[in-house]
Amino acid sequence: MTNASATPPALAPAPAGEPGAVFSLDGEDVPFQLGETILQAAKRAGHYIPHLCWHPDFRPHGSCRVCTVKINGRAGAACTVSAAPGQEVESNTEELNSHRKTLLQMLFIEGNHFCPSCEKSGNCLLQATAYEMNMEGPHFEEFYPDRPVDASHPDILLDFNRCILCELCVRASHDTDGKNVFAIAGYGIGTHLVVNSESGKLVDTDMALTDRAASICPVGVILPKRRGFAIPIGERRYDVNTVTEPNKQEAS
Amino acid sequence: MDTLLSRYGRNPHALVQILRDTQDLHGWLPRDMLVRVAHELGLTLAHVEGVAGFYRFFHTRPVGQYRVLFSDNITDRMLGSAALMADLCLRLGVKPGELRADNRVSVEHTSCTGLCDQGPALLINHRHVLTRLDAERVARIAELIQAQTPVPDWPAQWFHVVDNIRRADVLLGTPHQPGSAIAAALARGAQATLDEIKRSNLRGRGGAGFATGLKWELCRDAQGTSHYVVCNADEGEPGTFKDRVLLTRYADMLFDGMTIAALAVGAKQGLVYLRGEYRHLLEPLRAVLQRRRDQHLLGLDIQEHAGFDFDIDVHVGAGAYVCGEESSLIESLEGKRGTPRIRPPFPVENGYLGQPTTVNNVETYCAATHITLHGAARWAGIGTAKSTGTKIHSVSGDCDRPGIYEYPFGTRIGRILEDCGARDTQAVQVGGPSGVCISAFEFGRRIAFEDVPTAGAFMVFDRSRDMFEVARNFARFFAHESCGFCTPCRVGTALVVKRMDKLAAGHGSRHDIEVLFELDKLMHTATHCGLGASACNPLRDTIAKFRPAYEQHLKSLHFEPAFDLDAELSVARTATGRDDAASHMKSLP
Repeated sequence: MTNASATPPALAPAPAGEPGAVFSLDGEDVPFQLGETILQAAKRAGHYIPHLCWHPDFRPHGSCRVCTVKINGRAGAACTVSAAPGQEVESNTEELNSHRKTLLQMLFIEGNHFCPSCEKSGNCLLQATAYEMNMEGPHFEEFYPDRPVDASHPDILLDFNRCILCELCVRASHDTDGKNVFAIAGYGIGTHLVVNSESGKLVDTDMALTDRAASICPVGVILPKRRGFAIPIGERRYDVNTVTEPNKQEAS
Repeated sequence: MDTLLSRYGRNPHALVQILRDTQDLHGWLPRDMLVRVAHELGLTLAHVEGVAGFYRFFHTRPVGQYRVLFSDNITDRMLGSAALMADLCLRLGVKPGELRADNRVSVEHTSCTGLCDQGPALLINHRHVLTRLDAERVARIAELIQAQTPVPDWPAQWFHVVDNIRRADVLLGTPHQPGSAIAAALARGAQATLDEIKRSNLRGRGGAGFATGLKWELCRDAQGTSHYVVCNADEGEPGTFKDRVLLTRYADMLFDGMTIAALAVGAKQGLVYLRGEYRHLLEPLRAVLQRRRDQHLLGLDIQEHAGFDFDIDVHVGAGAYVCGEESSLIESLEGKRGTPRIRPPFPVENGYLGQPTTVNNVETYCAATHITLHGAARWAGIGTAKSTGTKIHSVSGDCDRPGIYEYPFGTRIGRILEDCGARDTQAVQVGGPSGVCISAFEFGRRIAFEDVPTAGAFMVFDRSRDMFEVARNFARFFAHESCGFCTPCRVGTALVVKRMDKLAAGHGSRHDIEVLFELDKLMHTATHCGLGASACNPLRDTIAKFRPAYEQHLKSLHFEPAFDLDAELSVARTATGRDDAASHMKSLP
């Protein structure tokens, strides 16, 4: 393949980020600190840039691409690009929101998402973001992949049908829990989440319900057993809030 | 197994090499083997499983004693590979992609094997390549497999790969004495050598065209405990095979170039990332490296220059086009899945094992050797101001003389077509599927970074070819090679294939073409790396330039659903053992 994306750009001096440094987000000044990404700074300043795989407690991943913005006209993931003084960042534009909607539709059709029967419905970041981006239907043909569930663990259910490959559980299990319960395998459209045990089953890992990885999933893959609809539909996180609110931009 | 692990010092960064060798022993990678490897290397099983499942040449299920992979580049198809593969499957009694019941043989497709000038080609057991296939040869192959004749005992001439150098310019045509360029660099000094490369305006030959001298300088100036020189010999772009010839016949020119780079950046270790499809070049390359050690061109105090220590190792890939992207290549070198890194930081600062690393193309190092020996002025005097020197092209497809052609930059595309004996040419795919499709009215354009840039592929299509089928072949390639990391590429490449297949099946409408445009726009904007961004290039070019090729596939100008109910019912038909006309939707009005 051509190495086009691998080319270092003309190396500009490192972003200054001195006190008072700002970039512009959709025409508004956003202050930032040295080393912050565009998404971090925007969030801190109370702005919403839609995102799924980014979480403030973990290093950026850059896989969902929902946070794609234009920086001085050039597209980049807001979660991975460092803020720099004078950047002109576009995010809430018709074009970018249309791309976001398509990305969300892609995540829906590559898995099996049946919201009405999903325990995560109403608390789901994918669903909430899709509502926010005015997604009204799948647009593309569904892929209907064959993904068996793993109900082997006494306390935790894994329903891979809903996985969006954000790797938050991979990061949480590694960084916070120190357990490495999850990893990614396969390639292309066959990329999938795997469990670290000889049987490949969750029961043969040391995962516990109290692990950070057990509560980090933004969709309905990792769910506690024997807890169904404790909060009724209509009263859930994104039934009563929108995903744009400062402390509701991540599912957990 | 123990010897194997010890050979790599149980180094977790050698995981890809260890899995390759383990698979060589067993034919595939059973789960208990992965458990053992994980345990011995101190890695989690899931990590090892993730790596084993990433590379197309690793198998976590049995694939047979004979693993036959037909090269699936469009040029192989144009030479009749599909019929030959069907014939072989029939003779062997095996379905494509499945393992025969006796566990002996499987036949499948693989991405371009880099033998387009002598195709159709196939790869057996990820080690042996067969070129110039025809019906007679396929019949003999079937007999030998049925008789269980070991592949090394097959007729030796079948494995003969020819160089086909059709036009040599300064790089291919100037005799080179191994080590002479190192001597010239040592005489000049490290800084002056770097300055010479900068003065030549040499730009990277992998496609992006970043200034080589600047890359080396950035690498040299970056802080690190050690610096690395890496050669990108992961020549995976379909239609490209010039590095195969450089590695076969000009290995000393390459290794001189890497050694010069080591002097310039201050590296002690060099690595060649050889694509898995070029496994057949490994022993010859290792032999050249050993001879160079014996000649004091590698090792300690090179050419008796005290303190100038440098050695080169070869890392073999395992079937993953994305590893041609330099940060994925480094991930792979480190024994991981070949997923592109978040950049910046770039490899010149944070590369192999987190250290400053310069990754350059095979041809770039060869050019550096030439420049060091013959001077920047001579190089800069060739080509154009913005694209200095020469470029090597891999010419294949509809022409009389496919092979390797070296031209100064600035050469007209029409000139190359004349020289290779192309007639009635409809289009040329320059730079491979991720490059650009040039139609007849553009044959006056020139090969140069500022006009038509290229990483070296030059595939010719005459007027008998359906450019829609060309684009469909490329679409399948990108879907097969997507690493799966980011949403737009993972799902987008799969959606493009579905739409193209729908058009090919005669169910397409104008709406489907609009959806293809929409996907192209998204993937150009939102993907994590260049693979996804360029995955729709052939689609966009061919729709723009060969729209009638698409429209002839449109049966209806109105909407037709992409969901194929008849295809979905195949599961039910299989379950009920029915396949009569009444069980198909097509029998309905």
